[in-house]
Amino acid sequence: MAVHEAAAARIGEIVETNPWDQMRRFITLSDRGLRLSLIGALLFGAVCGLLGSFIVVRKMALFGDAISHAVLPGVALGFLWSMSKNPVAILIGATLAGLAGSLLVEAIKRTTRIKQDAALGIVLASFFAIGLCIIRIIQNNEGASKITGLKSYLFGDVAVLDRHDVITMGVVVISTIILFGLLYRPFLAISFDRQFAVSIGFPVRILEALFQMFLAFAIVISLQAVGVVLVSAMLVTPAATAYLLVDRMHRMLWIAMGVGMLSAITGVFFSFLGSNLPTGPFMVLSASSIFTMAYLFSPKYGRFTKWLRYRARVKKVREENALKSIYHVLESRGLEGSGNAILIKDLASHRKMSKAEIVKEIKRMKRSGLVKLEGGNVSLTTEGFNKARSVVRNHRLWELYLTNEADYASDHVHDDAEKVEHFLSEKDVAELESYLNYPQEDPHGKPIPGRASA
Amino acid sequence: MSIEDVEVPALEIHDLTVSYQKKPVLYGVDMAVPAGSMVGIVGPNGAGKSTLIKSVMGLVQFSDGWVKVFGEDLKKNISRVGYVPQRESVDWDFPVSVIDVVLMGCYGRLGLIRRSGKEEKEKAYAALKKVGLEAYGKRQIANLSGGQQQRVFLARALAQESDLYLMDEPFAGVDAATESAIVELLREIRDQGKTLIVVHHDLASAREYFDMMLLLNMRVVAFGKTEEVFTGDLLQKTYGGRLTVLSEVAEKFAKDGN
Repeated sequence: MAVHEAAAARIGEIVETNPWDQMRRFITLSDRGLRLSLIGALLFGAVCGLLGSFIVVRKMALFGDAISHAVLPGVALGFLWSMSKNPVAILIGATLAGLAGSLLVEAIKRTTRIKQDAALGIVLASFFAIGLCIIRIIQNNEGASKITGLKSYLFGDVAVLDRHDVITMGVVVISTIILFGLLYRPFLAISFDRQFAVSIGFPVRILEALFQMFLAFAIVISLQAVGVVLVSAMLVTPAATAYLLVDRMHRMLWIAMGVGMLSAITGVFFSFLGSNLPTGPFMVLSASSIFTMAYLFSPKYGRFTKWLRYRARVKKVREENALKSIYHVLESRGLEGSGNAILIKDLASHRKMSKAEIVKEIKRMKRSGLVKLEGGNVSLTTEGFNKARSVVRNHRLWELYLTNEADYASDHVHDDAEKVEHFLSEKDVAELESYLNYPQEDPHGKPIPGRASA
Repeated sequence: MSIEDVEVPALEIHDLTVSYQKKPVLYGVDMAVPAGSMVGIVGPNGAGKSTLIKSVMGLVQFSDGWVKVFGEDLKKNISRVGYVPQRESVDWDFPVSVIDVVLMGCYGRLGLIRRSGKEEKEKAYAALKKVGLEAYGKRQIANLSGGQQQRVFLARALAQESDLYLMDEPFAGVDAATESAIVELLREIRDQGKTLIVVHHDLASAREYFDMMLLLNMRVVAFGKTEEVFTGDLLQKTYGGRLTVLSEVAEKFAKDGN
């Protein structure tokens, strides 16, 4: 039965097809084997996202990686026990191996100077090695046919999932979701502030043991889909993606589960297209790609988003400095208001820039509707004048504030005000004005322009 | 005043001894704190002040002695005790908002499974208001100053509605304005009949803030009303270096006595 289903999902191996056919077969879900693979992918993607979220916020990623490698000998022994791919035997074997690994790590930490990271490294590697040896022994003694099932545990082969596997996965995932649904608050409290959780009487040790047990279950059911080597990536990457996107734990959980499911399905898709390719790597690549997108484009923390904000800031500062200089020239001539024109070459010499550079700046401001350009003259529009006034006001208010309240010497305040003038909000300005008692002059005797609305 | 005269003390510690890897950290600590008092614990670095609080809360194992809270084992009365840990004990990048943290104060009473509802939310916002942070409910905790973070912890403790509060350096790294506000709040709590035991790092202000003081340096140097205990002699005994011999001998014993 399992062999037929495996074959059905791998039509590409037996019959000559092209990627388009494969894609059509995928979309129409015509393969039973494919349907099972997809259900399996959704299930394990969800549970990896769920548990992974807690792993990421509790800084347990290395621990998750260690356990996922440590279960291999348990998988092999479970296989040996039933001489077939009995999912329950394998689940039990793997969980016991995971538990043994966990206890061994604690024992090493408790009885030697060795810290968590080295203890994990030791246990991870040696258990994994033992697992590989057992697999090799099984291969040598029992022959290749028994092992196709076993090899899929290393790198994942979602096409090999049969009904029993999917049912086991379903049971584990649903019970995990129920557990975390019921005990969300205790787990949240323990993850955020363990000492506090102890101090309010929560059975913290028991809950932590429960968490580890369900982590082992989740790892084990994911093994066939994504493989021992890469399952920790499926635990960490979707959750890390969610961590970059939101600021509240419950939202993080949903997003992590969504990304986990999406990566898993995408992995199935690509591996289905390419007939003989292992699913594990494709799932992890999908997850990593989604992570990269979040890294770059996350609305709050994305690198690209930050760069865009930086560019906008630079533009704003440049524009405001230009407006300010026009205002200064006008002021020095006793002119006020919009409409009064000054020669471009006067502006250039005031700012100590070349005429070409000034003209470029003025053209930019003209596009924003802040200045009017006529012949060799430039004048401020009403909007431009108001903006210029605000910046000058901010500058002089800030200088006064620093001089009066922070006791800066009056020749030190200019540079600071040059920076701050662009970033005072209306609220800040209102506070400063009332704090300084609606002043008329700055420390250098220059008039502080009133608020534009006044 | 002997221990028998005090009516059920809020906290009673008898002969408490704590060792860390066979080195004694606290020994023979005896203390009976009457209900309704505000006690400051002071002592030099490494005196075991934090350890004392953690031992009472059951976070640290003690090798000798016992602890009673309102006359019973801690487990029986755990809902009557509120613990405010040091700020560094928490990862402030954790994805929770201010109100999420304060709500955790209600978790003890909700137990493991019951969902938090309107009543808990109201209690949490009331606690936030008491510490002056009611506008910050939805903010993620990383976007807070040190003083604000400390106030969030305090609000969480208030939401617990405990009778005995144990606080570990609540004023560390906090600006002067926040510190005054917190002291006011603590006095209010004390006036309601609650008991406060606070580990404090600054000797000068300790004298002002607390009715009773515990001078601690691995063992109790003195415990009692502030005006009786805050004397040059006793302070010298607590902070002076005359204990180096004692700790050196203790260490040697620990190494050889295995």
